[in-house]
Amino acid sequence: MTTTQERLSAEPASPAAPPAAEATATRPRRSPLHAVRRLLPAVPILAALAVWQLLTSYDVVAWVRFDKIPGPGEVGAAMTAQLESAVFYQHVVSSLGRILSGFALAGLAGVLTGIAVGRSKIAAALVRPLIEVARPIPAIALVPIAILLFPTSEQGIVFITFFAAFFPVTVATIHAMKALPPVWTDAARTLGASRFQILLHVVVPGAMPSIFSGLSVSMGVAWICVISAEMISGQFGVGYWTWMSYSLLDYAGVVTGMLTIGVLGFTTSWAIERVGRRVNRWLPGEGA
Amino acid sequence: MSTATETGAKVELREVRIDYADGPAADLDLTVAPGEVVMLLGPSGCGKSTILRALAGLQPIAAGAASVDGEPHDQSHKCAMVFQEDALLPWRTARRNVEFALAMRGVPRPQRRALAVDLLGQVGLTDFAEHLPRRLSGGMRQRVQLARTLAARPRVLLMDEPFGALDAQTRLEMQRLLVSVWRRHRTTIMFVTHDVDEALLLADRVVVLSPRPARVVRVVDVDCPREPDAQLEPTFARQRQEILALLGHDLTKP
Ligand SMILES: Nc1ncnc2c1ncn2[C@@H]1O[C@H](COP(=O)(O)OP(=O)(O)OP(=O)(O)O)[C@@H](O)[C@H]1O
Ligand SMILES: [Mg+2]
Repeated sequence: MTTTQERLSAEPASPAAPPAAEATATRPRRSPLHAVRRLLPAVPILAALAVWQLLTSYDVVAWVRFDKIPGPGEVGAAMTAQLESAVFYQHVVSSLGRILSGFALAGLAGVLTGIAVGRSKIAAALVRPLIEVARPIPAIALVPIAILLFPTSEQGIVFITFFAAFFPVTVATIHAMKALPPVWTDAARTLGASRFQILLHVVVPGAMPSIFSGLSVSMGVAWICVISAEMISGQFGVGYWTWMSYSLLDYAGVVTGMLTIGVLGFTTSWAIERVGRRVNRWLPGEGA
Repeated sequence: MSTATETGAKVELREVRIDYADGPAADLDLTVAPGEVVMLLGPSGCGKSTILRALAGLQPIAAGAASVDGEPHDQSHKCAMVFQEDALLPWRTARRNVEFALAMRGVPRPQRRALAVDLLGQVGLTDFAEHLPRRLSGGMRQRVQLARTLAARPRVLLMDEPFGALDAQTRLEMQRLLVSVWRRHRTTIMFVTHDVDEALLLADRVVVLSPRPARVVRVVDVDCPREPDAQLEPTFARQRQEILALLGHDLTKP
């Protein structure tokens, strides 16, 4: 009680003081540990930034060479410049368009294939061997074939993304079909549900937790493939842009591209996580 | 028993045999009158669940004939089952679980809600209609299951140790609830239990089964079924001893 009040009254009094120092100063008994723990995640990031700054500003060359690597300041400036340029957004939009179309197609096809294979012995016999043969091929190895197959590199990239993202969802869905408690289906059957109604009302909702974990894996590999495919054969996109910056010796641009990819990857994963939480909010671990 | 014929169906099992890959699991001959409450008792693994599953259409019958109201048992969904496990769909609230059964029965959407709420009221869960199963206790979940099963308007209610996982107090409440629900709907009930007292308290007849494959060893008629003070009667104690002896005897057999 008192510590909160002290802190509240202390805050406007010393606006310039960093929050960490303030918290430790006004909550003497319990808070030092508490505040430290809250700030803990920032420590490694700040440390990494500091190391980066030191290595690049002194142009350290010790087996690995930091003399051509841009420092945080340079990257920050490059990033600010890019965020104000319309072309940069075109690259982002173009990558996002590819990944979302490839991923959406893969999600749909993967769930449908997974349900068919998991529920029907005939479908399993017909499709499973193909899946097992194609799955170990890294999608990126399909680049030459994709260039030959598709009229535009755009379609080729979407195809590669699709190929990469297809397997994690499919396999997760197949497993979900096997893991469903039989009593759910039994109960629905005794209540008069048809095969299709069981599929719609029992199997699909019950499989959603696994499907969503498959989807988030898919999203990860989809990014890897989009970026690599863009680096190899794109005419637009963040991957292409990053590689172009490298070719033009714009190393700050390279790091800007990397960070952009990181942010985009994080945002899409977060979106899937959010939707998954919403769909599966009945799971024991979820709130409300 | 005269009102019973209106809703409960007659169940006839004529030398019904049910097999698993490793041999027969049940082989029995039994007739259950419309609206009768029959309790099935037998050693663990003897094939009680198998019998109910066959009647529910979840398990094929290898030989013999099972009929409900004179029709082959799998022609219609006259038998609905309350499972021992938690069989509710966890992503649906209590009310929506009941509505699911109504939808499967073909009740038009606008009528489902009121019917579901009414059924939940019958099992004393009016206040919990909007709860997800994980926020309900084990006893409450079984009550929702009962309501959901009743929503299918079964003529035969199959109950597979529905109260087996509950504590003694809750179990007693559930037994009372079942009797009140049965008085209202008068369905035929085939009820599997491990508990001899439960069997004698709820049954018109108690059917004692042999170890696998389940055969009828003895049918015990209860004189005054579901009397509040039945446990104090000397016949209760005698029949209890008799059944326990039958089960004990069978259990010690090699
Ligand atoms: N799906 C199955 N496949 C093969 N055998 C099975 C299967 N289900 C049950 N059994 C076997 O059939 C026998 C009867 O099983 P059942 O579940 O009907 O017993 P139960 O009388 O209900 O037992 P409990 O009182 O423990 O519930 C057991 O020996 C069991 O091992
Ligand atoms: Mg059983």
